[in-house]
Amino acid sequence: MIHSLFLISNAGDLFLEKHWKSVISRSVCDYFFEAREKAVEPDNVPPVIRTPHHYLINIYREKIFFVSVIQTEVPPLFVIEFLHRVAETFQDYFGECSETTIKDNVVIVYELLEEMLDNGFPLATESNILKELIRPPTILRSMVNTITGSSNVGETLPTGQLSTIPWRRAGVKYTSNEAYFDVVEEIDAILDKSGTAVFAEIQGVIDACVKLSGMPDLTLSFMNPRLLDDVSFHPCVRYKRWESERVISFIPPDGNFQLMSYHISAQNLVAIPVYVKQNISFFETGSSGRLDITVGPKQTMGKTLECLVVTVHMPKVVLSANLSATQGTYNYDPVTKILVWDIGKLNPQKLPNLKGSLSLQSGAPKPEENPSLNIDLKIQQLAISGLKVNRLDVYGEKYKPFKGVKYVTKAGKFQVRT
Amino acid sequence: MSASSAFSDEKGGSASEPEYGHDPASGGIFSSDYKRHDDLKEMLDSNKDSLKLEAMKRIVAMIARGKNASDLFPAVVKNVACKNIEDPNQLIRASALRVLSSIRVTIIVPIMMLAIKEAASDMSPYVRKTAAHAIPKLHSLDPEQKDQLIEVIEKLLADKTTLVAGSVVMAFEEVCPDRIDLIHKNYRKLCNLLIDVEEWGQVVIINMLTRYARTQFLNPNVNESLLEESSEKAFYASDDEEDEDKKAEVTTLEKRKPYVMDPDHRLLLRNTKPLLQSRNAAVVMAVAQLYFHLAPKAEVGIIAKALGMFEPYLKSFYIRSTDPTQIKILKLEVLTNLANEANISTILREFQTYIKSMDKDFVAASIQAIGRCATNIGEVRDTCLNGLVQLLSNRDELVVAESVVVIKKLLQMQPEQHSDIIKHMAKLIDNIQVPMARASILWLIGEYCEHVPKIAPDVLRKMAKSFTNEEDIVKLQIINLAAKLYLTNSKQTKLLTQYVLNLAKYDQNYDIRDRARFIRQLIVPTDKSGALNKYAKKLFLALKPAPVLESPFKDRDHFQLGSLSHLLNAKAAGYQELPDWPESAPDPSVRNVEIPDWSKCSSRKDRKEKKVEKPFYSDSEGESGPTESADSGNCGESSASGSDESGSGSESEESREETESEEEEEDEEEEKKKRKKLDKTKAKKQAEESAERCAIHTIHQIRTIAPSGSIKMYELLHRITGEGLAVEYCFSRQPFSPDPNMVAVQIQFTNNTNSETKNLHIEDPRLQSGMRIREFAEIDVLAAGESVTVVMGIDFCDSTQAANFQLCTHTRKFFVSIQPPVGELMTPTFLTENNFKKEQGKLMGMNEILEKLTLGEKCVNEHVIVERVTATANLSRVPCGSDKEFAGKTVSSGCLVLVTVTTKEGGGAQLTVNCEKMVIGTMLVKDILQALSQ
Repeated sequence: MIHSLFLISNAGDLFLEKHWKSVISRSVCDYFFEAREKAVEPDNVPPVIRTPHHYLINIYREKIFFVSVIQTEVPPLFVIEFLHRVAETFQDYFGECSETTIKDNVVIVYELLEEMLDNGFPLATESNILKELIRPPTILRSMVNTITGSSNVGETLPTGQLSTIPWRRAGVKYTSNEAYFDVVEEIDAILDKSGTAVFAEIQGVIDACVKLSGMPDLTLSFMNPRLLDDVSFHPCVRYKRWESERVISFIPPDGNFQLMSYHISAQNLVAIPVYVKQNISFFETGSSGRLDITVGPKQTMGKTLECLVVTVHMPKVVLSANLSATQGTYNYDPVTKILVWDIGKLNPQKLPNLKGSLSLQSGAPKPEENPSLNIDLKIQQLAISGLKVNRLDVYGEKYKPFKGVKYVTKAGKFQVRT
Repeated sequence: MSASSAFSDEKGGSASEPEYGHDPASGGIFSSDYKRHDDLKEMLDSNKDSLKLEAMKRIVAMIARGKNASDLFPAVVKNVACKNIEDPNQLIRASALRVLSSIRVTIIVPIMMLAIKEAASDMSPYVRKTAAHAIPKLHSLDPEQKDQLIEVIEKLLADKTTLVAGSVVMAFEEVCPDRIDLIHKNYRKLCNLLIDVEEWGQVVIINMLTRYARTQFLNPNVNESLLEESSEKAFYASDDEEDEDKKAEVTTLEKRKPYVMDPDHRLLLRNTKPLLQSRNAAVVMAVAQLYFHLAPKAEVGIIAKALGMFEPYLKSFYIRSTDPTQIKILKLEVLTNLANEANISTILREFQTYIKSMDKDFVAASIQAIGRCATNIGEVRDTCLNGLVQLLSNRDELVVAESVVVIKKLLQMQPEQHSDIIKHMAKLIDNIQVPMARASILWLIGEYCEHVPKIAPDVLRKMAKSFTNEEDIVKLQIINLAAKLYLTNSKQTKLLTQYVLNLAKYDQNYDIRDRARFIRQLIVPTDKSGALNKYAKKLFLALKPAPVLESPFKDRDHFQLGSLSHLLNAKAAGYQELPDWPESAPDPSVRNVEIPDWSKCSSRKDRKEKKVEKPFYSDSEGESGPTESADSGNCGESSASGSDESGSGSESEESREETESEEEEEDEEEEKKKRKKLDKTKAKKQAEESAERCAIHTIHQIRTIAPSGSIKMYELLHRITGEGLAVEYCFSRQPFSPDPNMVAVQIQFTNNTNSETKNLHIEDPRLQSGMRIREFAEIDVLAAGESVTVVMGIDFCDSTQAANFQLCTHTRKFFVSIQPPVGELMTPTFLTENNFKKEQGKLMGMNEILEKLTLGEKCVNEHVIVERVTATANLSRVPCGSDKEFAGKTVSSGCLVLVTVTTKEGGGAQLTVNCEKMVIGTMLVKDILQALSQ
């Protein structure tokens, strides 16, 4: 299926290659570079590139292109999902998935890739299994390994491989048993000029950090499960119980994992926590323009808006910005043409405002379109959809775990048209 | 690709890459020491597993990257093929096979074949999985081994572990995808295993089963079309000869037979549906395409495929300026396809914002989309056209050009009404530089020169002037325009045309020279010109059909949805065509598996396997299988107390919501304080009668099912709380006749006051989702000191969640709740011992819970045990069973519940519960344990 993998940095540096069948010359990546150049923005590279003898399927993550080489028919999503899994595994192992960390841990990277695919077909992709086969790097262990010459590879077959619960290893022991759940919701919205929502929906995930001994069987129930209409689960969740009882019943993997993700669609009314009053205009003459942005709270359910950031992708002709902000700092990058206004915490009594003039390239026609604004924000202790966890029950183990639920709302792809 | 690449001198990567022969921890990874393999050889020869393992892992890594590992060949074969393949450690065996199968040299083929065969019957499923992975490797190395490999695949397909299933189907797809016959016997098993297979395996299996189903089942959507067809046939049949008549009748009769879906077809659809909730997009896509290709039209909706189904999600496809280009284009495509009379105005408004985007490719695509909307929906054609004409004054040339092209296509549909637009466009020719747009305008003017008789010759004049500087496509259109004008208005344009044709005659491009020569011959009458001359006008000015603006994503329906070929709209290597539905269904019995035989042999095999595998588990982990411990772990704690504990725990720790039951208690207490009086009531005859009937049934029930003789009464409302009204209930264990999926609850009201209570009824039930209640008929009057018994039905959905409702009298409301013990959620089923064993065989693994226990002092004989079990759960004993076996079904969904109690000497016993509903099984184990150990 997957023949080879090339990792290419954003700068176009091919820094790692791995072949599962025979060696394919790296010159095959020339087709990729061609497409990369054509796309201008890295996001715009087509995910599937056809070459005379191969197909290149790629993803772009953390400023790295994961380019896989395919020779025969395979569902493209299969490959894309797998590449994402590779990136997630690197992140899991090294804390972050970047060119530097991959280069620093090249041996483990190869070991991982070797275990994840056999002859191009996925073999072990569950983090728990991989971690038993190949231990994540720690300073102490790499020291010990250097001195004793021992290896980083596990000596026994992870039990998970053989059970019907491949995501959990046996014999987990903790002195203090804890289970934490983070309900993270992102609002994807498009607001039009007048501030009304053209479209809004919520993308939510429940991230879990479960450190429980033995084989606990957990049941998580919600106060209002009917809110969730489009859900997808970690393989550990029992679909049938969700269907019949609307509870999440599962034997959790050990450690951090994403329990479920959900989607609350535009049909339900989505609360928009922020409003933006903006006026960006470019003058016909004088090669200049004006910008005036005010941000204020809307439906925040009494919580404070934090980490508020407004990003504006300016038209190419905007050379510089001379603005003043009543709160926070702003920065205009004349190369990428991106204006970032970092506001921080929103004070409802004194609304932050950014005002000033823009200078344009002289002689150039005034831009056709006003740039749209992207908003970033965070609200602690609130799930904007109103989703509430009712309770968590632990079956199968006798201890009383420490339990906690945290709610966070963020802005996802939150755009204001102007 | 060469078979020996791994052992040849070819170097795949650059020299700066790490060499695997080295100890990765040593840090000297960048040097190139040619004796680097000595340490690997030593490691291979050593007796330590860990060293061998490490060495082999590194060799595989080297080979995978095309490094030269040829000097290690003897060492690997010596140590791997001969020794490690038989190593007691399964991980080493698997690793050895992976190394061996990664060696791409033909000499090794026989050894590899042997090793794969050996590994395919290995006790460890992990090794068997590796064997499945090795099959395609060997096949690509030596395709002549195919027949032998197919035998191995056949063997592995019969494997019942989820671990192997995905890998072997993958091997099947690579080696012998056409051998559908191998799947028959394993079809049902694969369907049933599917949900527990790992994600990647699921995708491969679903895709394979889609193809399988297309060959084995009938088209579920054939019905409507066939109905029409068959009536037609019947009509014609009467004219035919007698023989054929009969045949036709037979066929029509056959076809008239209503379509019944093969249960196996249904099984596949049912078992894949829950996977739509997978986190893996590839799995979701695989299921979606399966439903698209296999499901009856009515059910396809669950994947929201049919475009109408996407309509509510219209806004989800609105485009953000930050989306990547390819996403924008796809969203635009979806929006265009969703456009209809009802939503077109919204969509057009949305498109208007897109036209202002900074991404010009996207603007162009948006304009095309508007064009398509305009052609598809007649009502908005003028609106669209006007919008597009406004765009003609846009500052960006690309936008104008694209608009021109689209307008040209739209105008072709109704040119006579739009001569002003054509005039407008004629003016544009002075400014627009994009060749495609210029060509479009010229074509438009030429085609409709009669609508703009004054402007057209002037345009030609201008073009003649700039002819030499134009692009080729524009030149061709200038010639075209000249020819058309010459035919309609030769007086004014004769000279101009001559001039243009002369210029074209000496053009650098041979196409243009060729076209000029051709046109000159056609339109300018000379002595030599042939018969076509007369028809020149007809040829050039024939009415041309309007173009159809089509989706760029059309014409790829014949590829399987979600495949690479579908995405590229070109057949990729190794693409398997999705076969058409068969005319008549092939014999469905090929999928039959003799269950008793199978279950017996499987259980025996399982047992054997477990026995042999034990050492590995204990070897590596010192513990029994994790599944077992997980399941048995469930019953360690009582669920009720467990939930209470955790409830209170969370309260103190996390300030969560209080549990509902607590709230209710408070409510009740408050009510109690407030209330003081109760009225006298009088029982009605009907109610009494029904109560009597109930009582009789109850007694009957007690005799037959619960010989213990007592049915436990639970309190619903205490007489103090109820201010004199006492309510008790019990689970009468009789079938609830109005709705067989409900549990019958017998409720007894006693009026302890001095006045009568009136209008006893239920109000405002608050139920968990899916739960239902069938209330008892209202009791009009309950006289003082009287009692009355009624029966109500509750569908608990096979859960022990409480049913909450208000019990109302004519003056008061009481919040009450009924929570069933798990044993009351089932109803007895009669099974013979053979059937019991068979069903038990189907409910293994996660569905089986085993628990050891010590019998309580009073459980001295079989009779007492049976009594205790049947008192705890509404089950019936399997007659003549050798063990104490009990069977029942859950009331709501009819899942089997099987309980076995095996006693040993000295008071020891083992309890086995098999139930598909694991929660029920777990709770039941707990309850029975408690009952038996008292």
